[in-house]
Order: sequence, then C-alpha cells, then structure tokens
Amino acid sequence: MNHMSYRRRNWRQTVNTFMLGLTAICTMMVVAPLVWILAYVVRQGLPALSLTLLTQLPTPVGVAGGGIANALVGSAMTVGLGLLIAAPVGILAGIYAAMYPNTVLGTSVRFGTDVISGVPSIVMGIFAYTLIVLPQRHFSALSGGIVLSFIMVPTLIRATEEMIRLVPSSLREGSLALGAAEWRTSFSVIVPAAVNGLVTGMMLAIARAAGEAAPMLFTAFGNPFMNTDFGQPVATLPHMIFVYAVSPYNDWHAKAWATALVLITLVLLLNILARLIVWQRARVLGSLK
Amino acid sequence: MTTQLYKNHFPSVFVERARQAWRHGDRLYHFLLVLATVAVVGLVLGIGYELWQNSALSRHAFGWKFLTTSDWDPALTDTFGALPFILGTLITSLIAVLTAIPLGMGAAIFLAELAPDWLGTPLGFFAELLAAVPSVVYGLWGLFAYIPLFVRPTSKLLEHTLGFLPLFEGPVFGPSRLAAGLLLSIMVFPTITAVSRDVLRAIPDNQREAAMALGATRWEMIAQVLIPYGTSGFLGAIILGLGRALGETIAVTMVIGNNLDLSASLLHPGYTMASIIANEFTEATFDLYLHALIEIGLILFAITLLINLAARLLIWSVARRTRLEVRA
Repeated sequence: MNHMSYRRRNWRQTVNTFMLGLTAICTMMVVAPLVWILAYVVRQGLPALSLTLLTQLPTPVGVAGGGIANALVGSAMTVGLGLLIAAPVGILAGIYAAMYPNTVLGTSVRFGTDVISGVPSIVMGIFAYTLIVLPQRHFSALSGGIVLSFIMVPTLIRATEEMIRLVPSSLREGSLALGAAEWRTSFSVIVPAAVNGLVTGMMLAIARAAGEAAPMLFTAFGNPFMNTDFGQPVATLPHMIFVYAVSPYNDWHAKAWATALVLITLVLLLNILARLIVWQRARVLGSLK
Repeated sequence: MTTQLYKNHFPSVFVERARQAWRHGDRLYHFLLVLATVAVVGLVLGIGYELWQNSALSRHAFGWKFLTTSDWDPALTDTFGALPFILGTLITSLIAVLTAIPLGMGAAIFLAELAPDWLGTPLGFFAELLAAVPSVVYGLWGLFAYIPLFVRPTSKLLEHTLGFLPLFEGPVFGPSRLAAGLLLSIMVFPTITAVSRDVLRAIPDNQREAAMALGATRWEMIAQVLIPYGTSGFLGAIILGLGRALGETIAVTMVIGNNLDLSASLLHPGYTMASIIANEFTEATFDLYLHALIEIGLILFAITLLINLAARLLIWSVARRTRLEVRA
C-alpha cells in the first residue's frame, strides 16, 4: 500500500464524516422551524389567553375585552357537519377500496382520493361556492361544513383502507363461514377490529379541517355575532386568525396569537393522540406475532 | 321458533322474501358501498365540471390570451390576464422546492440511515407534526416573526451583494416573493422528508450490504447506491412537495404583499394564483370578474391534477419494485 492510496482513503473518510454531519444539520434545520413556531405562538398567545377570550363575543376596535366564542361555535358547527357528511362516505368508500382494490371502481376511487387530497383547498372553496352559495345567494355555515367534508374525505378513506387491510382475512372468512351476511361481517367483525384506525382517521381529518382558512373566505364567510343557524354565515377559528392578523390593530394581533394558540393546541393534541393510538396498536400487533 | 310462527301465520312469498332480504341485506349494503365510492369519484368530476362551467364568460372573452397577458383591470377596461399570478406561483414554488430539496433529502437520509431509533423516532414525529400546523398559523408566524427576524435581513444582504441583478433589485419592504417562497419551503419540508424517508427505508438491505462489502464508506453507499436506486421515488416526493406549494393559499396571501408588481425582483411584493382568488373573490362585483377568478381556479386545478398524476406514477413505479407502502 503506497502513500497515495492512504491519502485517498483519508480524503474519502473526511468526505464521509463531512457529508453525514451535513445531513444531521439538515435535520436540525427541518425541525427548528417547528420549535420556533411553537415557542413563538406560546410566547405571544399566552398573555392574551384568558377565560373571557373563550367565552365572549368580539368587541369593536378600541373596546376592551372581547373574545372568540362565536368562532369556537362556528368551527364546531362546520367541522361537526363536515365530519357527519364525510365519515359515512369516507368509511364506506374506504371499505370498498380495501375489499375490491382491483376493480374499475376500486382503482378509480383510490386515484380519486389522491386527486382530491391534492386539490388546493381554495379551489374546493370555489367549488362549494358555485355549488351552494351561488344558488342560495348567501354565505352559510352549511356551505362551510360541506367544503370541509370534501377536505376530510381523502384522509378518512385512506385511514379506513389501511386499517381494514391489516385485519386478517381469516376473521372475515370465519364470519362468512358461520353464515353471517357480508354487511354483518363488515360491521360486527371487520370494523370493530379496525376501529382504532377509523378513530385515528377521524381525528386527523378533524385536525386538518379545523385549520382550513382559505375555503372559509367565501363559504362560512365570518360573522362578528354568535350564530347557531346553519343557513347563516359563521366565524371560524382559522378565518378569524387571518382577519385579525392582517388588520392594523395591535389588540387584534394579540387576539390572533391567542386564537392561534388555541387552534394549534387543538390540532397538535389530536395529531399526537392519533399517532399514539396507531403506535399502541402496532405494539399490540407486534406482541401477537 | 318465531320464524316458524311467522311461516305458519303468513305463508306469503313476499314475507319470506322480505325476511331473507333483511337477513342478508347485502344488496342494500353493496348499494351503499358503491354509492359512497361513486360519490367520491363524482366529486373529482364535479369539481372539474363546475369550474369549467363557471369560467365560461372569461374563457370565451379572452381564450388562450388569458394565460399570456398581464392586464388585470376590473375597474376600467374589464380586461383580465393571469400571467402575473401564474408567474408568481411558479417563482414562489420554485424557491420553495429548490431550497427544500437539499434540506429535506438530507434530513431524510439522516432519519432513515444514520439516526438511532431513540433519536430518529422523535425527530421524525416532530417533522410530521410540522405538516399538521395549520397554514394560517404559518402565515401569522411568517408575518410577525419570520419576515422581520430572518427574511428581511437576508433580503437586505442579497440586495447589497447582488442588487445589480434584476432578480435582487431593491428596495426591500418585507413582504415579498422571496418571503413567500421561503415560508413555503418550510411548509414542504415535512412532505419531502417523510416521503423520501419512506423511499429510503423501502430499499432492500442487500443493496447496502453489497456496497459496504465493496469497501464503500457510508456516504459513498448513500450517494452512489441508495440515491440512484430511489431516484423516481425522490422525484415523486419532490413533485408532491411542489403540488403542496402551488396550491397553498392563506400563508402565502399573508406574506407575499399582494401587489401587481411586474418586475423580475424576488425582493418585491407579488401575487400568486391562490392569493388573488383569496383576496378578490368576495369583491368580484360582476360576472366576468368572477368568471376570470374561477378560471384561475380552473388552471390551478388542472396543474395540481397533472402534478399529482406525475407524482403518483413515480412513487407507484418504486412501490411496484420495492413494495413500498405509499403514504402522504
């Protein structure tokens, strides 16, 4: 072994260490924004967070106090309606996609799911606008709920499909062999075995829908008053953050931060919980092996 | 017993049929399954149809010139051209993807190949949470923290050093195309990282072992074996990230400045397709104006459709080879 090849090996080792170190730095740079965002939202939002914020209606600029109670109710209404529409459709379509993956309809629904999840939410908003708002001639919580159901459907289909695929086919065959009808097999055997996955899917869908501001601009529209009528416009949390953030008032900026803290807490808790459930299930399945 | 009773009392064929239909009920069940599935497929077609129908006025009035002209004048001449918005979307998305590729891929390599489980699992989890942060929160943070503390100083520096190029022409305001691009970059990190990590994990170990046995260092194994092996998967990850950047609305609207500025400078405020819709949709006072905005939505829909198609095809091509579970 001569001198040159030693030097070459040294060089290769150096490159190796350098590049691997670089990937570690990349990871830190990818994770750092999350830490920065969370820290910033907590720091800015916590001082403005109070019980009155959660229980009062917005006040005009310059009037002290005021809160986001109308947006909490509006978000609950639209997300709730969205889930009510999307859950049955998503779960049934997910069952279909898992049971008949290679039929024409099965392939198209899986492709359709991919397409829907890629459509920008603002385009979904336009669709709901032309479909519901334009014929009705006014903005409404109804249209907001429907647009959120479109946004939730792909998440629900994927979660259902994945979980149902994990259920051993012997369970299904056993049930069918005992003479149970197919729907009975689905709802008494397969869905209970996959229920964790369905709950996870719903939690992720709620988390995603609760954070959507763009389609709310011209469906739910926003409303400074308390409204529980699905035929009328409502305020929602993300839309309220947007309106407050782009306003010129410091008081509204503070409220935007506090609302963001409420929203991000809700969304991240749902996500963490959903992932814990999946993780737990993977451990249970692993211990069975 | 009860069934026997029923039979004796109502020996009608219809009752028997109804009873069987209830016991089985599979026809109804199948009907519901197919109905839900058709509804989902119909949703895609419905979006395309509605956008096409409701942009008719604008399509007829401007034709293809809509894509290549830059007059956007709802006040006086009623002419509409979408070029500035199309360019704005392309520029911001390109900045996002070009900055996110090295960082996202580097992080994916670290998480899949180097990090021990106790470190990789929580870091990967963190990166996935980043994807769950609502875009309005990104926008809020972008407006009040990211722009003043990072983007503005960076822009000033670019203006001082490269200001002679039209691309980095001053003056620096704050909200700008660069700000939108760099914020989008953070928003596409999780997509690129998570998909690339899955692609790397799906590559069979014998590829790694063979490279190591030939005397490659770890980095040589990654650069010369794993990356070529997973190329189409990585491309899929990048295109998926691009798709997310193209359609992002609220965060971009909050940091891009919303200005019909026709200069080439990245440091000037601009507009994207999504942000013009967000800003002007509820202000569209006459039908042609509304139809022009919906046509922009139609273009956005067509682009994201193509992009998602391409991404899925690429990822599927890897999936077929390596049995990768496709996600994201």
